[in-house]
Amino acid sequence: MIRIAGLALAMALSAAPAAADQDATMDPFRSVMWDDMRAVILGGGAVLFDQRVRVTAPASAEDALNVPVMVDASSLNAESKVEEIVVFADMNPIPRILNYRPASAKPVIGLRLKLQQATPIRAAARTGDGVWHVGGVFVDAAGGGCTSPALAHGDPQWERHLGEVQARAWGQAADGAVRVRFRIRHPMDTGLAPGIPAFYLENLAVHDGQGQELGRIDTFEPVSENPVFTLEVSPSPASRTLRLTGRDNNGTPVLADIPLPWRQSALP
Amino acid sequence: MRPVLSLVFCILWVLPGWAAGLTYRLEPRLIAPGTYVFEGAVEHFTTQNGGNILNTGFIVTNDGVIVIQTGPSRRYGEEMRAAIAKVTDKPILKVFVSNQHPDYFLGSQAFADVPIAALPGTIDGIRVEGRAVTENMYRLIGDWMRGTDAVVPSEPVFAATQVYGRHRLRLIPLSGHTQADLAIYDETTRVLFAGGLVFSDRAPTTPHADIPRWLDALDELATLDSAVLVPNHGTIRTDNSAIAQTRDYLNWLTAALGRAADGGLDMTEVMALDTPARFASLAVLREEFIRSVAHLYPKIEQSVLSKVN
Repeated sequence: MIRIAGLALAMALSAAPAAADQDATMDPFRSVMWDDMRAVILGGGAVLFDQRVRVTAPASAEDALNVPVMVDASSLNAESKVEEIVVFADMNPIPRILNYRPASAKPVIGLRLKLQQATPIRAAARTGDGVWHVGGVFVDAAGGGCTSPALAHGDPQWERHLGEVQARAWGQAADGAVRVRFRIRHPMDTGLAPGIPAFYLENLAVHDGQGQELGRIDTFEPVSENPVFTLEVSPSPASRTLRLTGRDNNGTPVLADIPLPWRQSALP
Repeated sequence: MRPVLSLVFCILWVLPGWAAGLTYRLEPRLIAPGTYVFEGAVEHFTTQNGGNILNTGFIVTNDGVIVIQTGPSRRYGEEMRAAIAKVTDKPILKVFVSNQHPDYFLGSQAFADVPIAALPGTIDGIRVEGRAVTENMYRLIGDWMRGTDAVVPSEPVFAATQVYGRHRLRLIPLSGHTQADLAIYDETTRVLFAGGLVFSDRAPTTPHADIPRWLDALDELATLDSAVLVPNHGTIRTDNSAIAQTRDYLNWLTAALGRAADGGLDMTEVMALDTPARFASLAVLREEFIRSVAHLYPKIEQSVLSKVN
């Protein structure tokens, strides 16, 4: 249905309150799951539906195993620092997708996720005052993403590549922020595909060259196989590399040093 | 009272029938001697168009009728066969299916009594993905699909020239749009049924695309001396310009995605990029561009990342 909607709907941006005077405590998607989401995912905290939490995704998921989503809550930062972003999808069998805590990073994260059916995809950004600012988009999907076996299981060599990281950093914005993208080889098994137990990355952290934490991600089963993340971090000027660490639910570690682009300020 | 109630029940009974009284209103258009095309809309699959978004065709020869593609649903196939019977009483000899995408083959149930021929790669593709593709079509076009099942083509096609009546059909196995793309060139009328390889005034689709191979296939099609080119989607042309248009778009797409990856753009940012003004006349451009990013960008993006552990 949404596929036909043409240009205006082809890319969905945060569909927050349609009218300015709409009640910012009312779910713009009228999702039957919202009350549960609020209680279980957000712990029942104070909630504002807020267009400043921009969630971007295609209106129709071409590939239900790899739905690209970008969350940008940086326009909240001027008012109050974003301490945590939680990304979730109401109608997914496992709704929680990730938690991101940007310590020295913009509250921006690009990711890809698996969808089981059409659903709102939401990002809730918690500011210092404890309020959850919630943005979201509705994404149509043919579905089946969560119950399909990972493609890795078709490759007898997959274990050899487990935890391999491919990455690149792009610099440097005027404010010193560096965009980094990394891809980690991991099947991210949800446990919902017949005969394949849950096997997924649980946490990832990015530190700068001085060991300062820049951001931390708790990842859950619906993150796509071989996860790709985009972050915008602010390493110390002297940093030459970013260190990515993490582990999966079997204890397999992830460790990689990502070279930073050449930066004038890093020279003695 | 009772007759009134019966009448109400009667109406309620037939209402679904009215709703299901969907018809594609297929009108064959003569494009060359003995050669007809049913032109589809340049749109996406919708519940309004019933999936009628491609150009199917048939050639009436002295030996019988050759059918090219069977359309998006059983209903389409049946209406197509009925429309062909209005043009000629000759029997249907054979059906050709150019690739594994749903609108090429889901009408095949209407031709179950004749050989349905496709490239081996297309037969494999339909065998593996046919069921999932059919289910997704039910989701996209709804009731138009009633009774439709995937039919795996019964006869493999290899490079050959086959003669039917006075028509010499050159069967050209290519690939790039999908893993196997069949082009059919009628040497007698110089009509080229280009299958999914050529799009005309409509943005190309890329769910199974291998673009370097696709570009090679376009080069090969450009060497044919065709008088009429029937693309599977978009306007029929009496020259080869649609080949150049398809090539131009694919070249731009590859270059644009490569630049975006090198510049560090995330997939959703790439989907929001502007498309050049020269492609503004292509139907469903924005939708297809976004789909192509989903199909092609992950691999292109990986190629600019370095292994760091």
